[in-house]
This record gives sequence, structure tokens and C-alpha cells, in this order.
Amino acid sequence: MRRHAVLWSVVVLAVAMLVPFAIVALNAVKTPADYAANGPLAVPDPVSLDALIAFWQRVDFGRKLLNSVVISGSVAVLAVVVSVCNAYALGIGRVRGRLWILVVFLVANTLPQEALVYPLYFLTNQVGLYDTKTAVIVIFTAVQAAFGTYLLTSTLGEFPRELLEAARIDGAGKWQTLVRVVVPVSRPTLSVLFVFFFIWTWNEFFLPMVLLISNDNQTVPVALGVLQGQRMMDATTTGASALLGVLPAVVFFLVFQRALARGVTAGAVR
Amino acid sequence: MIPPALRDRGSYLLFLLPGGLLLLAVVLVPFGMNVGISLTEWSGAGEPEWIGLDNYARLLSDGTFWASFRHNVGLVVAMAVLPTLAGLLIAAVLFDYIGRHFGMRAAAVLRACVYLPQVLPVAVAGIVWGWVLAPRDGALNELLRAVGFDALAGDWLGDPDLALWSVMGVLLWIQVGYPVVIFMAGMGRVDPSLHEAAELDGASWWGRFRNVTVPQLRPEVFVVLLTCTIAALKVFAPIYVLTRGGPGGATTVPSYYSFQNFFERTRVGYGAAVATVLTVLVLVLTAVFLRVQDRGARR
Repeated sequence: MRRHAVLWSVVVLAVAMLVPFAIVALNAVKTPADYAANGPLAVPDPVSLDALIAFWQRVDFGRKLLNSVVISGSVAVLAVVVSVCNAYALGIGRVRGRLWILVVFLVANTLPQEALVYPLYFLTNQVGLYDTKTAVIVIFTAVQAAFGTYLLTSTLGEFPRELLEAARIDGAGKWQTLVRVVVPVSRPTLSVLFVFFFIWTWNEFFLPMVLLISNDNQTVPVALGVLQGQRMMDATTTGASALLGVLPAVVFFLVFQRALARGVTAGAVR
Repeated sequence: MIPPALRDRGSYLLFLLPGGLLLLAVVLVPFGMNVGISLTEWSGAGEPEWIGLDNYARLLSDGTFWASFRHNVGLVVAMAVLPTLAGLLIAAVLFDYIGRHFGMRAAAVLRACVYLPQVLPVAVAGIVWGWVLAPRDGALNELLRAVGFDALAGDWLGDPDLALWSVMGVLLWIQVGYPVVIFMAGMGRVDPSLHEAAELDGASWWGRFRNVTVPQLRPEVFVVLLTCTIAALKVFAPIYVLTRGGPGGATTVPSYYSFQNFFERTRVGYGAAVATVLTVLVLVLTAVFLRVQDRGARR
């Protein structure tokens, strides 16, 4: 009896957490007339994809998705590569002063972006990269790699020395040891990092909003957030926009769930 | 002659070169520039005028600036304190009550529901809630009217007395899944024999929660509190999407205030000063974080 009371109260909590998603989905498939007549809680009658299609076309959502995929994908790949190189030097190479170098990387990752935004805005203008995906990719590669370096250095610090030694005896140079031994052995950790960098970059809002002003370059959160800030949309359109913003996140969540659970804990407590 | 070990270490520096340069160009130099800009009066165009610490002196008597940090205290409660408390309880119930009596799979599914808001882009979470909380036909007000609590329906984001509370509620919803996941992982680390011993001594579930689980999770609690506090200090997207700092500055936070000074009021030097103060706060917390991790690693 009591067991079920506990179970049900947790189920109620879980459902309450999901209610906003349900309301969004419910209203994204309504007609404006239906919404006006029956309000946000009623079941859609008729189910209509008009709002979704209209919003998709109005903001050229396919383009925004592509921008987000290009930016997040490039950042994830590049940041993993940079992280591995850094961590190779710090964790396995044990270069001098590595502790302080590591502290600098961690600090760089925790700095508020507000303290970087104006100089980055100014500098990207100076070098002709303002409002380009390249600028955003370079910036987030640096930011994510700072965290990756911090995390990977401790992992590589415990890398089995026998393997390194064996590679050296086989005549492998540093570069070959990295590519042929360290990277393959660390694959699981690297793939978790990749997933994390991808999702974190996907979710970024502040710097991309400042640096990507043209419609052709904006990412999904920026396009949706800026439109919402202008408050020019009717209720069903807002519902449609929210649903389109939520869907990719839910897909990542379902696909990467295991990596995500492993990754959050890796970042906080070693 | 250089000893081989030293020569060996030196060449590893090459691997640090790309990452180091990138960090310099994207983070360290811009941050230095920000500090420099904070010592000037500058509209963003033309020559910055050197004014020393005047911006910082002006901050001291700027009501909006102080209010923005007061609001941040509320956000720390909503993003760090409450999620930690709720997270402990939810994680414990899921891990050693639901998990034990109904299977780990049920616990994992419930955990996923609580965690889902964490993977949303914060801007999108803001859109969802901005719309649920809309004053006239927002879902929350409709719901309250449907169950007969007409008097409770309000202008959640437009009423200066309510807006900060509403934002806090949204952030709590976003944030609570993070400690739940961390704490559940931490509970996997706790030696089950401690629980068994306490159970044999006749401890109730609550007693074991208080005297075994919570003390064992102290490192996780500390880390969650710190990382969430840092995140709360940096909040921008939900404020931008939900309220734009309004109504009447009731939800302005330092990050949003610096953004306003940069791009709306073109008081770039002043905005840079706000951002620098925020950075100092975050760095102090990061230093605490590092010390704690360091101690944890040595244990």
C-alpha cells in the first residue's frame, strides 16, 4: 500500500515535469480558430499541421536545422581533436607546469561569456568573420575544448604505461602513439565528449545570438529565441515554434541517453 | 647535454600549441580586452576614453546593478539550493525505494522524465514557459480557471511582484534533473553494507536517508551546489526570452544588464565593468570548486 503511494507520487512528479511538453505538442497541431474557441487545454479538433508548416516555411526552419548541425557537428569534432592533443601533452607528456596550464583551461571554461562578448564582437568584425558560422565554430571549439582538456587530462593521466612503452619499443613516434594507441583505447570517453560538445553547442544562445545576425546563419535556438523576444506570433504559431525547438532535443536525448547519463557524472565528480 | 627525459617532455609542447593558441585568441585576449574596456568610456565607435576606475565607482551607486545581484540570489535559490534539496530526496526515492521495489528500469524511466528539461536549449524552454504563463489565454491560467481557482490566475511574467517568482519556478523545472542524475550515480558508489547495517539496527527509510545517504553524498552535494551556483550567476537566455529583464527591471540579472549596456545603451565601458565584476564572482567560486575537487582527489 505504502509502496504504491510512493510510486504514484513519483509518477505524478514525472508527469508534471512532462506536462509543458504535452501542452506544447497539443497546441502546435491546432487551428487558430480552434484555439480561440476552446483554449489551450482542449484536445485539437481538427488536428492540423498548418501552424507547423507555416512556421517552418516562415523561418526557413530547414536552413536553421542545417546551420545548427553544421556548427555543432564541426565544433564537436574539432573540440575533441583539440582536447585530445592538449590532454596528450598534459596527461601523458606531463609537460612542466601542467597543473597551472590545466587551471587556466578550467578557468577559461567557466568565464561568463558576457566578459568575452564585446571583444569577440569587435575582433570578428576586424578580421571579417562577423556573422559567419566559421567564427562561431572557432569560438566554441576553444570553449568546449577547454572543458574537454580538463576532463581528458585526468583520464589520460591514468593511461596504462605498458601500452605506451610497447608502442615506443615498436618504434612509434609521439604522433603515431597518439593516433594508433591513445585514441583507439580512449574511444568510449571520446565519444561521450563528442555527444556532450554537440548538444552543448546546439543549446548555446548568447554568443550565437550576438554573432549571427543574418537569417541565413542563425541556429535553431537563436532563431526561435529572437522571434519570441519580438512577441509577434500568435498562440498556435508559438506552440509550433516551441515544438520544433523541442523535437531535436528529445531525439538527441533518446539516441544518446546512456552517453548523457555517463557524461554528466563524469564532469562533476571523478 | 639535455637529459633525455627533459628533451622528451619538451616535444610534447607541440601538441599543446593549437589548443593553446586557440584559447589565447578566443578567451584570454578577449577577456584582457574586456578588462581594458571597463576602464574606459566608449560607445563602441570612435576612440575609447580612459577614465580609470570611474565605471566601477559608478556601479557602487547604481541601483539597477545592485538589484540585478539581488535577483541573482533568488536564482541561486531556484537553480542551486532547491534543486539540491529536491534532488536528494527524489534521487533517494528513485534509487533505493522505487529501484528496490519496482526495479531499476522503472527508476531509470522516471529519472529520464525528470532529466528531460535539462537537454532542451534554454531558449526553447523559455519559449515553452513564456507561452504557458501568458496572461490571458496561457495554459496555466486556463488550468486554474478550469479547476475553479479563478482568483489565483495572474499575469505571471508581467506583474513586477510575480515575475521573479515565475522565472524562479521555470529555472527550478529546468534544473532539478541535473542533481537527480548526479546523486543517483553517487548512490551507486555508496557501500550497500552501510544501509544493511543501519537497517539491522532498526533505522527507518528516512533515518537511513538522513544518516547514511546524505552524509555519504557530501562530495556530490558540494559539487552540485557550486556548479549550479555558477550557472545561476551566468543565467541569460531564460531572462532574455521570458521577460527581457522586465517588467520595470524586476528580473534584471548582471549578465542581462551588461548585455543591455553593450548593445542597447551603447555604454560599452560600463557593460564591461559589470561583466568583469560578474567574472570575479564566478572565478572565486571556481577557485573554491578546484580546492574541493583537489581535496576529493587526494582522499
